[in-house]
Amino acid sequence: MKDTIEIRWHGRGGQGAKTAALLLADVAFKTGKYVQGFPEYGPERMGAPITAYNRISSFPIRVHSNIYTPKYVVVVDESLIGPVDVTAGLKEDGAIIVNTPESPDEIRPLLNGYSGKIYTLDAKEISIRTLGANFPNSPMLAAIVAVSGIMEEHAFMKEMETSYHHKFAKKPEVIEGNMNALKLAFKEVTK
Amino acid sequence: MAIRERLSGNEAVAYAIRQINPDVMPAFPITPSTEIPQYVSTFIANGEIDTEFIPVESEHSAMSAAIGASAAGCRVLTATSSCGMALMWEELYVAASNRLPLALALVNRALSGPININCDHSDSMGARDTGWIQIYAENNQEAYDNFVQAYRISEHKDVRLPIMICQDGFITSHAVENIELIEDEKVKAFVGEYEPEQYLLNPQMPMAVGPYATSPFYMETKMLQNEAMIHARKVILDVAADFKEMTGRSYGFFESYRLEDADYAIVMIGSAAGTTKEAIDELREAGKKVGLLKIRVFRPFPGEEIANALKHTKAVAILDRSEGFRAGGGPLSAEVKEHLYDIHASTRAVSYIYGLGGRDYTTVEAKEVYRQLEDMIENGTNIPQYQYIGLRK
Amino acid sequence: MKSDISKIHEKSKYTDITPGNQIYGGGTSKAFNTGEWRTSTPVLDESKCVHCLLCAPVCPDSCIPVVSGKRLAFDLEHCKGCGICAYQCKFGAITMREGK
Repeated sequence: MKDTIEIRWHGRGGQGAKTAALLLADVAFKTGKYVQGFPEYGPERMGAPITAYNRISSFPIRVHSNIYTPKYVVVVDESLIGPVDVTAGLKEDGAIIVNTPESPDEIRPLLNGYSGKIYTLDAKEISIRTLGANFPNSPMLAAIVAVSGIMEEHAFMKEMETSYHHKFAKKPEVIEGNMNALKLAFKEVTK
Repeated sequence: MAIRERLSGNEAVAYAIRQINPDVMPAFPITPSTEIPQYVSTFIANGEIDTEFIPVESEHSAMSAAIGASAAGCRVLTATSSCGMALMWEELYVAASNRLPLALALVNRALSGPININCDHSDSMGARDTGWIQIYAENNQEAYDNFVQAYRISEHKDVRLPIMICQDGFITSHAVENIELIEDEKVKAFVGEYEPEQYLLNPQMPMAVGPYATSPFYMETKMLQNEAMIHARKVILDVAADFKEMTGRSYGFFESYRLEDADYAIVMIGSAAGTTKEAIDELREAGKKVGLLKIRVFRPFPGEEIANALKHTKAVAILDRSEGFRAGGGPLSAEVKEHLYDIHASTRAVSYIYGLGGRDYTTVEAKEVYRQLEDMIENGTNIPQYQYIGLRK
Repeated sequence: MKSDISKIHEKSKYTDITPGNQIYGGGTSKAFNTGEWRTSTPVLDESKCVHCLLCAPVCPDSCIPVVSGKRLAFDLEHCKGCGICAYQCKFGAITMREGK
């Protein structure tokens, strides 16, 4: 488990947190790492809180449990702070990234005394600006890559372009918007 | 050159199915196995394979159609989970007793009730006496490798039994992990073409399948079926040896992990074995002599081999991911204990139940199991001989 | 040879039985003398029979052979004596007799 980075995603069913976790696994895989990306389903309904996880390591990953002491937490839906203990087990030398228009200082009092790094990103606003709709998962994916340094920006953008061309083969018009969302997120994620 | 990829367990099994291109797949969707028929349907729609997909109105019909297609002489598969397999119950026995080769991609999920979509082994463990070969996987790689080996075992002339290739629902079926895939042509050459000696659609040799058998025939027929299961032992190992030659990946009835010199061992099946391995490495660093026996083949049950691999230990914990409701433990613990008794092993054996309905099992819990075993032996502490891991009390 | 099912009987060893009791070869039920089960027997009064041939298709055991538009004698090797032929005959040409 040495050198394994553990990431926990909090979202609501339908927001793409699971997809983002799988995309992050994809990206890390491309850098030659061993990866895991998996969801934990609760009531399996749109809007219900869901959790997704990533492990990224230089060595084969054998553990098949959920993640309780993550290095990073990504909160795709701000309204989960409170109903869900998003910083549970989060390492103090790690970081939490929250999708919110507010600043890290405004978020900190809501996080049960968490004293580690807090990053915020208005992923909703970026998504609406670039895609015309609220798909916060692409910007949040860029934010976790930027914060964790799993991959360098240029290589990440290149991989994502390839990935989107594959994923949106039948909807090429959305590729540019998604790429812009990633670029903005990389720039705007703030500590 | 192996192909480096990252796939979920369901994708991995679907990938193997595409490479094998079976003749017929009747299927009915149920979480978490639904993706498998979805992927196969996509392969068919894209013209990548020419499998005949039969949408049916229930799992009972899925297995019935699979039985009919196998009797006709086709290479067949279906996929299901949980209540879906429960609805196949009657037909599972029919497939096995009629000696019809076919593959079932089972994605293990708890049975109702309470209704639950997550992993445990109560579906396949309930079907352990149906006469099917059962092979389990720790991760997506093993699920893929087991499926590639499945038809060679099931269709072997000395076996001719249906085979269940099991993996843990969501934990491996929906988890994307690294995997090494085998080239299409190598898989095709390895699996080969299905050429049954007798089959219904052979006009040169008319035949009947599934006749009524009176009492003077029934027991003899069952013994013959049991012998096929005995033959399956050798065939499973032979196929694994050929598979190792092709891929370098080694498979047997079970995997021993740091077991050779272990004082304390866990016996278990499936994805949680990887978590136990991680706990073992941590405990070994602290000087604890602990190990794991991870069962791959549950039917036929390699009881004697398991007992011999465990007999040198002071104590073993047998972890079942299904409740047996015999008021004393699950099916795996009963069978392992039976064989330890048979060889007069002095090893103490304790039964545990874990992971029901998707309850998580962590390295912390694995370490606690080893601690209890050591406490029982070293300090003579009485520990419950049958207990639930992670139960709120 | 396991596929020769004529060699399989109630005293066969289990190793001589076919896997899954599969039966190899067609029309094997001919070899099974179900006529032995009969407790009443159909009798044809040829003077009343008009060869309407309604009896032949209703026989569950195909025991009424038809050749060139005429029904022939009952196949008593396989007739179980169910009496359906007698029941449906509108001409009173078939009656059931007690015993073989």
